[in-house]
Amino acid sequence: MAEEGNSQDDAVAEIEKKIIEAFEVFDQGGDKTVSIRDIGSIVRSLGCFPTEAEIHELLANVEKEEPTGYIHLEKFLSVITKVLLDRSYQPIPEDVLLHAFEALDENKCGYITKEELVKYMTGEGEPFTEEEMEDMLSTALDPETNTLHYRDYILKLIVE
Amino acid sequence: MGSITGTMGCRSSVADRRSEKVIRAAILIQNWYRLTMARLEMRRRYSLSIFQSIEYADEQDQLQLSDFFTFMLDHCTPPDSVSHAFTSPSVSQVVDEAFDVQEFENKICVPDSYYGPRLSFPLTVEHANALLHAFRNEQLLHARYVLQLLYETKKVLKEMPNITHLSTSYSKEITVCGDLHGNLDDLLLIFYKNGLPSEQNCYVFNGDFVDRGKNSMEIIIILFAFLLIYPNYLHLNRGNHEDYILNLRYGFTKEVSKKYKDHGNQILFLLRDVFSWLPLATIIDSKVLILHGGISDTTDLDFLNALERSKDQVKERIPATRSTKHMATRNVAGKARRLSSSGSTEPSGSNLPPEPTPKEWKQILDILWSDPRSQNGCTPNKARGGGCYFGPDVTAELFRRYNLKLLIRSHEFKPEGYEISHNGKVITIFSASNYYEEGSNRGAYIKLNPELIPRFVQYQVSKYTLRHSLQDRVGTIESTALKFLREKICAHRSELTSAFAQYDPEGTGRISVNDWAAAMESVLQLNLPWRILRSQLALLSPDGKVDCMSCFGDLEIAQPVKEVQPALAETLCRYRKDLEIIFNIIDKDQSGLISLEEFSQTWKLFTSHLGITYSESLDKLVLSMDYNKDGYIDFNEFLEAFHVVHRLQKKVDS
Repeated sequence: MAEEGNSQDDAVAEIEKKIIEAFEVFDQGGDKTVSIRDIGSIVRSLGCFPTEAEIHELLANVEKEEPTGYIHLEKFLSVITKVLLDRSYQPIPEDVLLHAFEALDENKCGYITKEELVKYMTGEGEPFTEEEMEDMLSTALDPETNTLHYRDYILKLIVE
Repeated sequence: MGSITGTMGCRSSVADRRSEKVIRAAILIQNWYRLTMARLEMRRRYSLSIFQSIEYADEQDQLQLSDFFTFMLDHCTPPDSVSHAFTSPSVSQVVDEAFDVQEFENKICVPDSYYGPRLSFPLTVEHANALLHAFRNEQLLHARYVLQLLYETKKVLKEMPNITHLSTSYSKEITVCGDLHGNLDDLLLIFYKNGLPSEQNCYVFNGDFVDRGKNSMEIIIILFAFLLIYPNYLHLNRGNHEDYILNLRYGFTKEVSKKYKDHGNQILFLLRDVFSWLPLATIIDSKVLILHGGISDTTDLDFLNALERSKDQVKERIPATRSTKHMATRNVAGKARRLSSSGSTEPSGSNLPPEPTPKEWKQILDILWSDPRSQNGCTPNKARGGGCYFGPDVTAELFRRYNLKLLIRSHEFKPEGYEISHNGKVITIFSASNYYEEGSNRGAYIKLNPELIPRFVQYQVSKYTLRHSLQDRVGTIESTALKFLREKICAHRSELTSAFAQYDPEGTGRISVNDWAAAMESVLQLNLPWRILRSQLALLSPDGKVDCMSCFGDLEIAQPVKEVQPALAETLCRYRKDLEIIFNIIDKDQSGLISLEEFSQTWKLFTSHLGITYSESLDKLVLSMDYNKDGYIDFNEFLEAFHVVHRLQKKVDS
């Protein structure tokens, strides 16, 4: 029993160290706080796959007492450690991603036009900001045809 | 998931089912995209962290050097060829006070074949334009004009007070620029966006014009030219890099020597003087303080304004006893170290500048080297080895004492070109874009209006970045950063190997990720996210542990001669820069050669200072480097030999 307890403690300690490291990369002032706008990036870079809505939920938990626009490491640590321990927000496998693109590709031609892409990404789901849309277009579109060949693009998205 | 487009009752049409599917698909894709972007952002940030940590660690090595000089002074008894080097100017020529600009004209001839700009004094706007045009086309200004320009600049600077007071009633807006570090493209871009300096367009350049970039000379020439043309509308503050010892280490001296083979020495000598005459700070409307580094809790603006700033404020010249690494706490015993009494050939009343007092020295060090931090208080700046970390309380107190509203400083790299801290009281402005690598950061400048509200203009020189996606750009930054990091790892191989061994008593060659991270940090002290970096630096064994030796990959230190032990090679590799500087100082006639005796003596002193002893002496190695057996070695060649190489690359070359 004691051994089990130990390895559980070890696991928690490991996870905490990982979280602290990721947090500190975004902590520019060195004062153990990060901007709430970076929370999404930090959580995702730890391997979690939350939607924007789920991130807001997390933030609501963390930001309960001090809506200053900044999160302190302590609060962040306690919430996110649980997230990682529970393995919440697991990434969806690539084939599901492929189905997603196919769902948008009505004619099943293997690509999506720029107009369609913009329509879906800025109009549906958890819409992109202008900046996000521009970024995606610059990497995703084949410049000659102005279309997105999603099978190729998926490879880009999933590369570590 | 968000709301589904409503259906009435239980009617579910194909269209509704499809739109539900579409929404789910959209969210999935958006989510994946955001995940990719987050990973990219992480990579970008840790790459910049790596650059910055290595840069600051390097500056700490600089501190080693200054400690070493002091050590040399303490341990060398004159007359001694090596100690001599540290007590007199490294150039035999002397620029007399009564020297005339005319003298340069008489002594240095500009050939007809020279098609670059020809200057005549007093300078005019036409000259400035000619210089800009020439430098855009990568031409060099002839040495004679450089010397004349420097000479005239010194005359003008000498008339200026330590702290310049400006008023916005004469100019609509004042533009403040930060570190340029030899990036000519950035200066040209600023002038393009913001206009050239003139009576209607006032500029303040806040130090660190030189080092690192490859056009420090051209930047200096342009800034000094405009200074001469518009002395009331172009203002320069001294930065910590306007200092000859730093220039030896960070590239400016090399740049000058390469570009001006015949007159490099003269130019460098005159530059030293000019740098020491640069003003220390600028105050606008008595409310906005502009200086290069920062402040400390003892900063005294009145004192700073009154002192003699040209007393060559270089760390290495302080007559201190060899003591702690923290400049702020250095105890000056006041030993009369000035070895002009060494009985050497220096005439009395020689060119050695008088020593600064400890207080003067600290005051200047603080304003050139300090960094703001979010924690209250004022602590010695350990990363830099000079100046302080100052907190919001220190800023507030200074503002209260001098009735200030804003502090504008530079000195620190900022990814966006600027940063506001201390509740809006402190602005850091950094004007060298792509400082570490193509795409690493933006540069910025400040436009200050008569109400003293700052406006920021950002830019990035982008010869190549336009064509590349964010992913490619981050990839470039990351691979360069990792390359530097791996080289550092290689140069500390022995130390790292023993640190690993501490965690691996059974000698399995594998340790946990935790232990590996701890070992890396304890040896390298770079404060980096080792767990995140691990996948780029080391391999895992099947049991999930780190394979220690995989850190060193295919890197090794080139060893020109078989007799060199690995540990010795590492030391030579690690301190290559320091040794280069020391040898350059010893080599007074800049021949590139140093006698075996001088080499041995220096080496013994250096290693004893570092606390290292080698069971084998260096003599055998040194003898083997004396190719023509004339008692002299080419130290550049010698040092060049000790660098990190990729074994695979070596195979290709050989």
